[in-house]
Amino acid sequence: MPTMLEVADLGHTYPGKDGAHNAVDGLSFTVDAGELVCVVGPSGCGKSTLLRAIAGLITPTRGTVSLRGTRVDGVPSELAVVFQDYSRSLFPWLTVQRNVEFPLRGLPRSQRAARAREALASVGLDQAGRKHPGQLSGGMQQRVAIARALAYRPSLLLMDEPFASVDAQTRFELEDLLLRVRREQDTTVLLVTHDIDESVYLGDRVLVLTKSPASVVADLPVDLGDARDQIKTRASETFVDLRAKVAELLRGASHIEDAKLI
Amino acid sequence: MSALKRIAQRWACFAVAVALWELATRQAGDRFFPPPSTIAQTAGTLWFSPAFFDHIAPGVGRMLLGWALAAAIGVALGILLGRSRPAMAYLGAVFTFMRSIPPPLLVPFFVASVGITTMQLPTIVFGTVWPVLLNTVDGARSVDATKVDTARAFRLSRTQWTLGVVLPSAAPKIFAGLRLSLSIALILMVVAELVGSVNGIGNQLVRAQRDYELPAMWAWIVLLGVLGYLFNTLLLAFERRALAWQPRHSLEARSSATGG
Repeated sequence: MPTMLEVADLGHTYPGKDGAHNAVDGLSFTVDAGELVCVVGPSGCGKSTLLRAIAGLITPTRGTVSLRGTRVDGVPSELAVVFQDYSRSLFPWLTVQRNVEFPLRGLPRSQRAARAREALASVGLDQAGRKHPGQLSGGMQQRVAIARALAYRPSLLLMDEPFASVDAQTRFELEDLLLRVRREQDTTVLLVTHDIDESVYLGDRVLVLTKSPASVVADLPVDLGDARDQIKTRASETFVDLRAKVAELLRGASHIEDAKLI
Repeated sequence: MSALKRIAQRWACFAVAVALWELATRQAGDRFFPPPSTIAQTAGTLWFSPAFFDHIAPGVGRMLLGWALAAAIGVALGILLGRSRPAMAYLGAVFTFMRSIPPPLLVPFFVASVGITTMQLPTIVFGTVWPVLLNTVDGARSVDATKVDTARAFRLSRTQWTLGVVLPSAAPKIFAGLRLSLSIALILMVVAELVGSVNGIGNQLVRAQRDYELPAMWAWIVLLGVLGYLFNTLLLAFERRALAWQPRHSLEARSSATGG
């Protein structure tokens, strides 16, 4: 599989009044085309900084991000983002259909509409096109945000804690939805989460980050196969082992941090 | 049935007040306080006479034109300046100062500089632009960080960003500013016409007062109330349609209306 994303020796330092804050340091990894990679780390460890650097929303102070071998400089055109805060990320004044169409500029009107309808159908919202986001539940709003990203047909889909703001039942539904659409559309996904179970359940690989400044402590392949099931997969021995391993790595990572502080 | 009930609820107090006023003025028989029935009669003949084209239409026309110009300038400038941090750091104090000047005080200045026949329009524009401008700036600033990121991540064009994201985000505040400036426009129209004008409602009001035509004077005062009510109702109806996407629209609009 060709490499889709390459992050090499990435570092970012935020300047601050009481000393600079080193959010990310010496971070390197690759994502192959068609892979779903989960990045898991403790809250405030610099996951969002990493994601924003890949999306081109911030310019990292050190290192490089390359998409399909081309160095990222500014926001790449072949990338879409799903944010955690769906209610703010969607445009409440546009209908659901228009929200999905909105970023598809440069396409003829009819084609935009068709693509949006297709994307909405793939997330099970073919009936909701005329509604406004405010009339939908949180889970449905996040589906709209996913549809918007899919309609954009990105080479790389970035997801920043996409299911952290919905209830557990909806979260399971959305996780399975993501697994289905990425298989159907063969999308490459990089998903950032603080939830260990979620990272193992969704990922082909799990990248474990240390506490701030973030760097990769482990790159674990997830041998759970393509067909995953919320109950069976989560009960399987492989899943339980991996979850324990990630948890231990995260605890170890924070232990190292604590030791340093002392 | 419920629509009837609402209308009754809205107008019951008004009707009672008018009835009491009628009784009191008839009892008193004071020529300075003609009964509402007499005022209404005078209004009927005055409003729908040639005065409509000679005075009402020109006055209302100036008011609406001035307000529309101020709205266009205020919204366009507000959107531009609101998204620029340095611009407002430099200009914020200037705008707040300008806005603090009671607009009617500018009438003498415009009389002297522009001339008594043409000063009404600039007076209205200058007096009404500030609430729109400052509210638009406020609204444009309120675009949340997630929307900024979303717009950047999807590489929205400048036009999409300005007209598709900033403008609608600012719309609730803009409407609050528009309502405020509409009421100021009405005041300025009549004040400018009171001070000096060849025609208009204010001009006719002063004339009626000088001629001791008290029912006519009252009729013009009532007309201003009617116009204010009418325009505000129309603007509110338009606002409700334009902001229908807001989940708790009616609540927020009310609370921000005073916040101008």
